[in-house]
Amino acid sequence: MSGNVNRSTAYRLALIAVAAASVAACSSRPKPQFDTAPSTTPPPAAQPGDMPPPVSSGPLAATPGSAQDFIVNVGDRVYFDLDSHDVRSDARPLLDAQANWLRQYGSVRVRIEGNADERGTREYNLALGARRANAVRDYLVGRGVTSDRISTISFGKEQPIDPGTSEDAYQRNRNARTAIVSGAR
Amino acid sequence: MTRTLRNLTMRPLILALACVFAFCLAAPAARAEIEVNVNRGDLQPLPIAVPAFGGQQGADIAQVISANLQRSGLFRPLDPAGYLERDINIAVQPRFNDWKQISAQALVNGQVTVEGGRLRVDFRLWDVYAEQQLLGLQFTSSPENWRRVAHKISDAVYERLTGEKGYFDTRVVFVAESGPRAKRIKRLAIMDQDGANPSYLTDGSYIVMTPRFSSNTQEITYMSLRPEGSAIYLFNLETGRRESLGSFQGMVFAPRFSPDGGRVAFSVERGGNSDIFVMSLASRASTRLTSDPSIDTSPSFSPDGARIAFNSDRSGSPQIYVMGADGSNPRRISFGQGRYTTPVWSPTGEFIAFTKQTGGQFHIGVMRPDGSDERLLTSSYLDEGPTWAPNGRVLMFSRETPGGAPRLWSVDVTGRVLQPMPYPGSGSDPAWSPLLN
Repeated sequence: MSGNVNRSTAYRLALIAVAAASVAACSSRPKPQFDTAPSTTPPPAAQPGDMPPPVSSGPLAATPGSAQDFIVNVGDRVYFDLDSHDVRSDARPLLDAQANWLRQYGSVRVRIEGNADERGTREYNLALGARRANAVRDYLVGRGVTSDRISTISFGKEQPIDPGTSEDAYQRNRNARTAIVSGAR
Repeated sequence: MTRTLRNLTMRPLILALACVFAFCLAAPAARAEIEVNVNRGDLQPLPIAVPAFGGQQGADIAQVISANLQRSGLFRPLDPAGYLERDINIAVQPRFNDWKQISAQALVNGQVTVEGGRLRVDFRLWDVYAEQQLLGLQFTSSPENWRRVAHKISDAVYERLTGEKGYFDTRVVFVAESGPRAKRIKRLAIMDQDGANPSYLTDGSYIVMTPRFSSNTQEITYMSLRPEGSAIYLFNLETGRRESLGSFQGMVFAPRFSPDGGRVAFSVERGGNSDIFVMSLASRASTRLTSDPSIDTSPSFSPDGARIAFNSDRSGSPQIYVMGADGSNPRRISFGQGRYTTPVWSPTGEFIAFTKQTGGQFHIGVMRPDGSDERLLTSSYLDEGPTWAPNGRVLMFSRETPGGAPRLWSVDVTGRVLQPMPYPGSGSDPAWSPLLN
């Protein structure tokens, strides 16, 4: 468990560093406007493994339409139940926000990467990750993102984001990540 | 890629399989009085003496033979420190009483000769109590292939005493893993079945998994995974030639050769649904074998090529099915408690090995092709991906401890002989070659 604490601390620190760097990078530019505000709400805390909410006091200064804007202000990952590829109700607000953002920045192309926890065998987990990636893809298409902007891949259990062996870690590793491939600012 | 190939090229080992010892014991070969029963789970390993062979590398050769026999679990090589006949000579009959005194039931001795740049190894296998020669053979090869000679001798001894083919002159392809868990580097690698001569076949710049041998022992197929997509490759170990099976819409994974090496069965994923296809390597035409909306993967041919075992969750959880090699009559064969994956048909056709998850543990198990006689051979936090030795007596698999890196382990089909492979590194997805030529 102490590993989790350390990890999330490291996570937070990394996030602060990203935010600080972006503030520095953008300091001479006009203040970015958060016109995507409704969808930038951090996902519900019930989502395990979500990025912790921003800890800096001021608004985050990611360039709108940038990959960083997407990751920090929208959220790039949703989570799944054990051996399931159903989009959970608590993942919908985040995917809705992803769809809004993608509709707004219409030149962005994404790749949905499906992932599975280590409590399965390699080939089955590849297939399971593919189902998850496609469930997210279908959801985004259903929310108006054209399908030719979305590719999918499964990493199976090959790329865990949490190396731990607790139920929490397994839960974090059952996810689909929306990765920006091109077209971001 | 090619830099490692020189090490891999298998030169033909010239076998002079003559009865070279006609000069010695005129007694006709009588039936052995000792024999080793491979089917008995309660077996007492047979005490065997393998004194250092005479000549250059004679001690090394004896050591490799001794280690092979010991790992099989069927033999108990005796400690050379206790040997009484110290000047044993291949040209004369052993002093059987000296070997009876230390309770050796079988004795292997030999002589290495280097002549004109060739390595010649003469050896004999003796039944100590019957005072009788069971084998007298000679192997010749180039000197750097001395380990293969030792494996050939091990196979000859194993076959003579058990009545079944050996599995020591074989290799294993696997995925060598290094680095932290979230950023694992995975390289295709190959080694002898005893862990010797490991070398890498890919450089680790992308993920590789599930290599499998063709029946010709020189070709493997494996899957590569990059963010841009997956691919199935054929890789010739002898020539270093690598080619893709082709481009498909969607992911391709889980390749496995047909027993004759002429086809590859694999999974294709489209729109989230994985189905099994088979491709003829001659025509490159592929045929779809399943079209269920469930996950269908991990195809494995029966040794006669007529049927395919595979993994499907069409019943709601992953289970093992068997269908005709043309996709006909899929039938579920696993009905126990738990999740069944990775079916692998044994080379003898007798069993299907699998990975099973139940009670929070992973197991390697075997069942008959009709689903009967299920037996679990192992249990741990994470055991997966069994592969059969060519004689169908031993399975290799990967085992992972919580938070640890996977290691290669083996277990015999009775479940009695469970041990880590003598390869010190981290490895997963082992695939055992057929016997080398």
